[in-house]
This record gives sequence, structure tokens and C-alpha cells, in this order.
Amino acid sequence: MLHIFCPHCGELRSEEEFHAAGQAHIARPLDPNACTDEEWGDYLFFRDNPRGLHHELWLHAAGCRKYFNATRHTISYEILETYKIGEKPSVTEAGGSEKKPVAKGVTA
Amino acid sequence: MSQVNRLSRGGRIDRSQPLTFTFNGETYQGYAGDTLAAALLANGVDVIGRSFKYSRPRGIVAAGAEEPNAVLQIGSREETQIPNVRATQQALYSGLVAASTNGWPSVNNDLMGILGKVGGKMMPPGFYYKTFMYPSSLWMTYEKYIRKAAGLGRAPLENDPDIYDHINQHCDVLVIGAGPAGLAAALAAGRSGARVILADEQEEFGGSLLDTRETLDGKPAAEWVAKVVAELKTLPEVTLLPRATVNGYHDHNFLTIHERRTDHLGETAPLGAFSAPQARHRVHRVRAGRVVLAAGAHERPLVYANNDVPGNMLAGAVSTYVRRYGVAPGKKLVLATNNDYAYRTALDWLDAGLQVVAVADARSNPRGSWVEEVRSRGVRVLTGSSVIDVRGGKRVEAARVAAIDPVAMKVTSPGEWLDCDLVASSGGYSPVVHLASHLGGRPEWREDILAFVPGEGNGLQKRIDAGAVNGVFKLGDVIANGFEAGVKAAAETGFKATAGDLPRTEKRVEEAAIALFQVPHEKPTARAPKQFVDLQNDVTAAGIELATREGFESVEHVKRYTALGFGTDQGKLGNINGLAIAARSMGISIPQMGTTMFRPNYTPVTFGAVAGRHCGHLFEPKRYTAMQAWHVANGAEFEDVGQWKRPWYFPKKGEDLHAAVARECLAVRNSVGILDASTLGKIDIQGPDAREFLNRVYTNAWTKLDVGKARYGLMCKEDGMVFDDGVTACLADNHFLMTTTTGGAARVLQWLELYHQTEWPELKVYFTSVTDHWATMTLSGPNSRKLLAEVTDIDLDKDGFPFMTWKEGNVAGVPARVFRISFTGELSYEVNVQADYALGVWEKLIEAGKKYDLTPYGTETMHVLRAEKGFIIVGQDTDASVTPDDLNMGWCVGRTKPFSWIGWRGMNREDCLREDRKQLVGLKPIDPLKVLPEGAQLVFDPKQSIPMTMVGHVTSSYMSATMGHSFAMAVVKGGLKRMGERVFAPLADGSVIEAEIVSSVFYDPKGERQNV
Repeated sequence: MLHIFCPHCGELRSEEEFHAAGQAHIARPLDPNACTDEEWGDYLFFRDNPRGLHHELWLHAAGCRKYFNATRHTISYEILETYKIGEKPSVTEAGGSEKKPVAKGVTA
Repeated sequence: MSQVNRLSRGGRIDRSQPLTFTFNGETYQGYAGDTLAAALLANGVDVIGRSFKYSRPRGIVAAGAEEPNAVLQIGSREETQIPNVRATQQALYSGLVAASTNGWPSVNNDLMGILGKVGGKMMPPGFYYKTFMYPSSLWMTYEKYIRKAAGLGRAPLENDPDIYDHINQHCDVLVIGAGPAGLAAALAAGRSGARVILADEQEEFGGSLLDTRETLDGKPAAEWVAKVVAELKTLPEVTLLPRATVNGYHDHNFLTIHERRTDHLGETAPLGAFSAPQARHRVHRVRAGRVVLAAGAHERPLVYANNDVPGNMLAGAVSTYVRRYGVAPGKKLVLATNNDYAYRTALDWLDAGLQVVAVADARSNPRGSWVEEVRSRGVRVLTGSSVIDVRGGKRVEAARVAAIDPVAMKVTSPGEWLDCDLVASSGGYSPVVHLASHLGGRPEWREDILAFVPGEGNGLQKRIDAGAVNGVFKLGDVIANGFEAGVKAAAETGFKATAGDLPRTEKRVEEAAIALFQVPHEKPTARAPKQFVDLQNDVTAAGIELATREGFESVEHVKRYTALGFGTDQGKLGNINGLAIAARSMGISIPQMGTTMFRPNYTPVTFGAVAGRHCGHLFEPKRYTAMQAWHVANGAEFEDVGQWKRPWYFPKKGEDLHAAVARECLAVRNSVGILDASTLGKIDIQGPDAREFLNRVYTNAWTKLDVGKARYGLMCKEDGMVFDDGVTACLADNHFLMTTTTGGAARVLQWLELYHQTEWPELKVYFTSVTDHWATMTLSGPNSRKLLAEVTDIDLDKDGFPFMTWKEGNVAGVPARVFRISFTGELSYEVNVQADYALGVWEKLIEAGKKYDLTPYGTETMHVLRAEKGFIIVGQDTDASVTPDDLNMGWCVGRTKPFSWIGWRGMNREDCLREDRKQLVGLKPIDPLKVLPEGAQLVFDPKQSIPMTMVGHVTSSYMSATMGHSFAMAVVKGGLKRMGERVFAPLADGSVIEAEIVSSVFYDPKGERQNV
């Protein structure tokens, strides 16, 4: 059972207090109507499934009810950092910043 | 028969406390301090069960968790049945009732055994797969009988009378195993002041020291154990857990310990302190700073022909029975070994006054201290030899010892049959690496000790290995290694351990073992008598060779094909031998072969322990509204809606569901009814940007909703599919009350929070769940205004308080918010009061309603009434693939709202704009008495051949007392353009219900009744 540091509560708490909420840093396009169906489909349905570091959104559901981000290793399950919404991860895959091309109309 | 194998002295048993127990219906006696296995051996019980596949007689082999055969059913009553108990780990108590789990009609006269003998050669690995594959429809039938024949215990049919606990623990150092290494580690860490938990699976601490012939400080080792345990007990931060198996090593140094608190006292837990029931088992959920793994090692048996006949045992187990339990499981011993340590068994046997026929040592010239001691006591030691075959049916009668060449796998002398009744074998020691592998760490092979030790792994376990598990076997080294590990663990968790004095051990010469797993036989493995590798699953050396010949080369494939290690013992005894045989068969090394993965749990855990207190009425919370007591008193039948218990209908005497619902429906349509609607989710939304937020999460527009008004809204996900609905009222310009579906309350709140916290944190808005704070009672029906007017100071004038508005005032003397909204299509008032006033208000409404024949109604009537009006229930009429347009609710979509609200882009995808999407329509069965089953699939042409083209399904379906005919709602492909056409529901019984596609609004289509 994971031991997760809630950046809002400032404490290590057990996994059962949290909900995983999928991949982090997927910004909603500022002008969805400018997206093609394919771009919108990408935003909506397609997620990374990395072997290695993964930036994830978590909710401290049975705690402060706040969302936050975590950088977790998908093989070891090690959580290298947790950080608040709006902050950038300090631990990233070395050289692996394979950013997807920004869709048209997506200015986020 | 009274304890024929009990030695006259010795052992840690209490001979003043005889205990009576039964096994397979026979009554026996043992002593306090016995395990069930020790007591059975003391009574000369040779056959303990029948084997899984061949039904061969089997006896006790080991003395611990690795026991493959003595896996018994325990319990005298149905509710106390426990399957798969290892007799070697079950303490004997008075009145214990045990039985074999297989063997029919009995273990001594087994019909399957004959089949096994005759059919043995015809039952290679994969036999079941190969034989019972066809026809596949019969597999279920075969399986039932195969499982019964194989027999591995059965679950009780009645409820467990005991309680079980879970407990959360935090410690600096968790020491796993209280043998010499674990005790030393716990002592070192405990003295530093660190919080230490010491857990051991046995009845008492000490591990191998409880039966070793070795001394510490010149005294029996058990005295050192007592001294250490006494000191540990004085340390306030040290928790001692005997009878506690560390079963799982999970992420982030989280471990689970299964503590059996009263299994040694009886089959149910006796009353504890203050005569209160006490938990029989306790699962400790431990977050440990550091783990000292001192789990020890399991002895490996040698794999020789007929090594499964009762009377073949592990050498170490024989010593344990002799020295710890005062039981000699035989008279005449032949010992087969490849190492020095097994010679201790010969010495223990001699000390008990029994005969050692011979020792067969595979090594050519062993000269260790124990070897010489055995020689000096006149025992025949045959070097370069091994036991290669055994004779006997239900008990060993003789063993054939011959010279072997273990490298060339050849028998080099004709050998001789030696009369004996016990063959003890030792093929070396396998460190108990299981827990170290639970997070995926691969064990590493060490050629110097011919064993796998825990690997460094992936560094995920903050773990220090100590003692035999670490490949350290000499007693003095084991204790030093344990002490060192304890010091290190304490230091790594911020404590300073002081140097300690280690006990003095005996000096002696110990020589290395040689590699020997399967013992050669004159015949090739496939033709030799069976050489068993995994006794619990009847896997033989020949079977493993066959698997590799048939192309199963990966260790995981060999395992699955042969079932090696698949039993409840997880192959503790046989896995390494199996790997070695597979590796040799393929001409590769053991490390090249690798090991299979070990998973939690290390030993079987009862479901009671897994469930803990999460059973019975504590399994799931139940939620009741404030009016629950009234509902119960008035005979309501209840329906589960999420965790809520909602009144389903209120039957009068003699009424069934249909009669009650018909009466309740007519009462609402003709006079007035009352519904407890408290379970609807309520979210209080405040802040200057509340209105803008609503604009973004609802499909319709909220900008112009005035204070005092309410509006229905649909909520979609980004994909454009409806996921919740409800009415939201404007309480003040920056204050709204949102209602959600009963089941969606928590989900919607989380959804709002997600968007507020991650996408639009700049919006000033706050959300608070007030579902439980407000109770809601709905008065619905033409007489609702007259009724409510009698108990409220609110002016109910139809122009002053019109449809879709709300007012504040007093109802039944209590502050209330009254909403004029309707889910029935009738004139309705939803009265909201603080929950703690609700019961009183409800009772006053009932009292005032008597003259109007006010009728309480439940969820079923609510469903019928709303369906007559074509009002949807999200989750019943929708299924996450339905857009507002599919529901013919395009009127609820704000197509010109400036902000691209959630769902707008999604519902404009190409696929969502198709005209032949499934759309919500009404269905009117041609036969007005036939009610379509909900979920029934619909077709346009009932005469087409199967599989038919399905065009939709029925989502809601009822009999309407108001309209006098059945009706339904359904999604039908392109249904909105098919009004008046026919659809057909072919049912499983062969009948077909025909229906006409009509508008989903059946009753009062203009909405005149609710707007009066």
C-alpha cells in the first residue's frame, strides 16, 4: 500500500485515503471548438502509459479533498515527489520530454 | 493405541497436560506443547492423506510451514470448519477435530489409489488438459469430480462465530523471524530504544534453537532464548508477536502480519478480558522504517524413487520431532545427505536410544566434526552414496543405498536394501526468500551454498537480511549477523545501538555440501519409479523432464504445465529441486533457469482474517433519512439506492408491489401523495463566480436565472454524454443550491472540485455537500397546495409562487425552503427543512393530510409517475453513451453560450451528430397488459434469423394505473423519426412483445397539471 505525501496536508498518509485520477498536466484546450475531432479525441481519450516516470493526478479524497500531482515510477511504484496543481514537476524522465505536438486551437 | 512413538523423556511438551483429539474419527492423545503433526506422529499415524493426482498414501514430511502433505480440515462443527491447515503449524488443543481432505472412502482404503496405480503411467503432466478438453461444454462436469477427487479442503457452509481484527502499526524496525538471527537483531535494535516489532510464525520464539543440539555459552540454546525473550519483554518499545506470520511485503515498506491469537486454545476464541469476545486472528498492517528479514531457511529433501512413501521425512524435521516434541517417528533410521548439518539428526536419533541403520553421504570423503562424531558412535557411514529407492506401501520398509556419481547422474554400484522404517533426507538449505521477492526482487543464486538468497532487488524494500536467509548457516555467524542487522536497522532509523555481547558457540569443522537434487537411478527418469518433487501436487522428476521435452522451457511455463509449486504450500519444499531438474534437463545452469515469482501470502490466510470487521452489518455503511423510523413503523418495503435505504413502496394489508404502486400512483394523480426525497444530492454553491461556474458545468444557461427561481440542468462529461441531472435554485446572486441524483451526489461534487481545482482555480466559488443537512419531503398531487397551506405561513398563491420558483418560510412551525418543482407532473411542493426537524414536520404533514387521503409513496411509484411524464433517470435511461439530443432534450442545451462548456465540443463530434443514433422514445405495447422487461433488446423484424440485428433496448417499463395500460421508455436507432412504427422484443422464452414507437411523454404532454 502506497505511502503518499499530501502537499496540502503536509503529511505522509496511506493510499486508502486517496484516489488516483489519471495522468496529470492534461490541460483543457482553451478553445475546444477550434479543435478538430481528432485533436479533441486526443485530449479526451488518449493517455500515456509509460514504463518509468509518470506524472499523475491524485485526490486526497478521505482527507483534505484537494487534488495534487505526484511523480510515480510505474515499475517500482516509488513516488519521487508530490506537488500542488499549477506547479511543475521537478523530477522528469531524463531527455524524455517527448511533448506531443500542440493541437491547433490549443493554447494551454 | 497410546502414543507408541512418544519418547519417555525430552521435548518441550508438558506431559502433565494430556490433550484428547480426533483424527478421521479416531480418538488420540497428545500433550500440551505438541503440534497436531507431532501428536499424530506420536500416535503412530502414518497415512495422513492421499495425494492430489495419484492418490498415493502420504505422511508427514516436515515440521513447519513447508509441509506439503499434512494439510488438514479442522473443526468439529460446520461453522468452525477451516480448510488447508498445516498440521505442523497447528498447536494441539483439547477436543481438536481434524480430518484428511482427500481419500475416499478413507485414506487407508482409497479407491482413487487403485486408479492412480493403474493409471499412473497414463497421467502425465497436462493429463487433465489433454484428456478432458473435449467437448469443452463438459469441462464443468469433469471439473466437479476432479476437484472432489483431488480434495483440498472445503469452506464452511455456516457463518464463522468468531471475530477478526485489523490493526494499523507503525514501527522503526520490524524483525521477521525469532530464530537466532531474529532474536539477536531484535535485541540489538530494541536496546537502542527503537520501536521494534518481532514477529514469528511459531508457537514460541527461538526457531531452530528450540531443538538444536548445539549449545550457547555452554548451555542448551533454549536457555539463551529464554534470557533474550525476558530482556525483550522489559523493553517498552518492543512488541512481541508469536503465532504471527509476516505474510506479505508490499509497497513502501508496508507489511501484513497474520497473528493467530487463539488458534492454540480451541476452535473458537474463548472470551477475553471482561468476558468480552476477543478476536481470533488479527491482521497487523505495519508500516516499517526498516525490516530485518530473518526468516531462516527450509531444508530441501532429496529426490529419489518412492520418496513419497510415509516414513520419508526431512532430516531436520526428524530432529525437531525428537528434541522438541519427544516423538520418534520410527525406530530404524536411514539418513541420506549431501551436507554436514544432517548428521545432527543421526546424533539426535542415537541420543534418543534408537537405531541408525546407516548414513548415506553423497560426498566422497566427508570429514566434518559431526561426521566424525557419528562415525565414532559406530554408525555405518556410506560415502559417495545415496538412498536411490524406497520400498513400502503405507510405511517405509526398506531403503536401497547405492554408490552414485551425482555429476554424471549414474548409479555406480548395485547397492543394497537396508531394512528401516524411516528415511530422513537432506539436500541442503533453501533460504526463505519469499518476502524478499514480493515486490519483484529476483533471488540470486550462490554457488558456494547451492542456494538462492534474496537479491538486492530493485532497492524497493528497506530491508536487511540476517542469518540463514542471508546464506549464513553456522550458528555463531548467524547470531553475529543478526545482531549486526539489528544495529544497522536501528542506526538507519535514527537510533544508536550499543555493542552487545554475543553468546559463545562450539567450535567445530564444517564442510561444504555438494550439489545433489535428484538422485540418479539405474533407469532413466521416465522409467524409474516415481521420484516426487512437489508432493502436494504430485509433480515428479519425470514430469518436469517431459515438460521441458515438450517445449516448456521457461520456468513459469514448466510451473504451469506441471503444477509445480501450485499448491497451498506454494512449493516451499519442491521448487528448487524442480528448477534444478528442469535446468539439468535442458543443459543449463540453475541461475539461468531462474526462479518463479513469489506472491503474497506466504502461508494461507483465512477469509475471516482478510475480512476483519468488514463483514455483517459493518460490511458497508447504510444511510437512512431522518424519517426512517416513520417508514419502518408504517410498513415500508425498502430499496437500496447506493448506500441509502429508501422506501420502495408502502403496502397495505394484502397488497403486493403492483397493487400498492397502483394505489399510490392514483392517489398522487387524484389527490396528494408524500415522498421522502431526502436522499437527492444537495450541493451548496457560493461565491461571486458561482453562476459562471454553473454555466460551464451544465449544458444549459444560468446567466439569467433570477434569485428565487429554479431550473433543471443536464450535466455532461467532456465527451458530450449525460452523466447527471437535477434542479438548481438561485438562493442569492452568489448562492445556489444544486441537487443531483441520489447515486451521483459524491461523484458530482468531486467532478465540480476537479474542474475548479485543476482547470478554473481563478473562479471564486466554493462547494459544500449539504445532502445530510436538509431533509426533503415532496407533496405531489392536485391537493398539495390545499394541504401545504394548512401548515405554512408561505403564500402559496399560484401567481405569487409559480412553478419553478422557491420560497422561504415556516412549515409546521419550522424554518423551511419550499421548492415548486415536480418530478411527477403534478402540482408539487418540495419542502426542505433541517434534518433534525424533519420527522416532526413529516408527522405533522401526515396528520394534516388525513382529510385529503395523503398517501405516502415510495421510489417505485415515483419511477412510474416520472416515466408517465417521460422524465429520465440518469443511469437508468442513460448509460454514458447518450447525449442530450439522443434524449430529445435539445431544449436543455445552450447552443449559444459564450464559454465552451463541458460537453459542448464532445457532443458535436461527427459520431454524435449521426441521425441513426439510439434515441429515447416511448413504447406502447400493442397488448396493453404486457409489460416489456427492462433491458429487453429490440428488433425491427422479429422474423429475421438469429443473430438478429438489435436496434435498441427498453430502459424503463411499467404498468400505468393512471392510463390503464403498460408503457415503456426505450432507446431505438433513429427512433425519433420512427414515431408510429413498430418494434419487437423477442424474449428468452420465445415469445415476442410488439410495441408502437410513441412520444416518451405519455401523460399530460402540455404540462398543464404541474403548472397550476
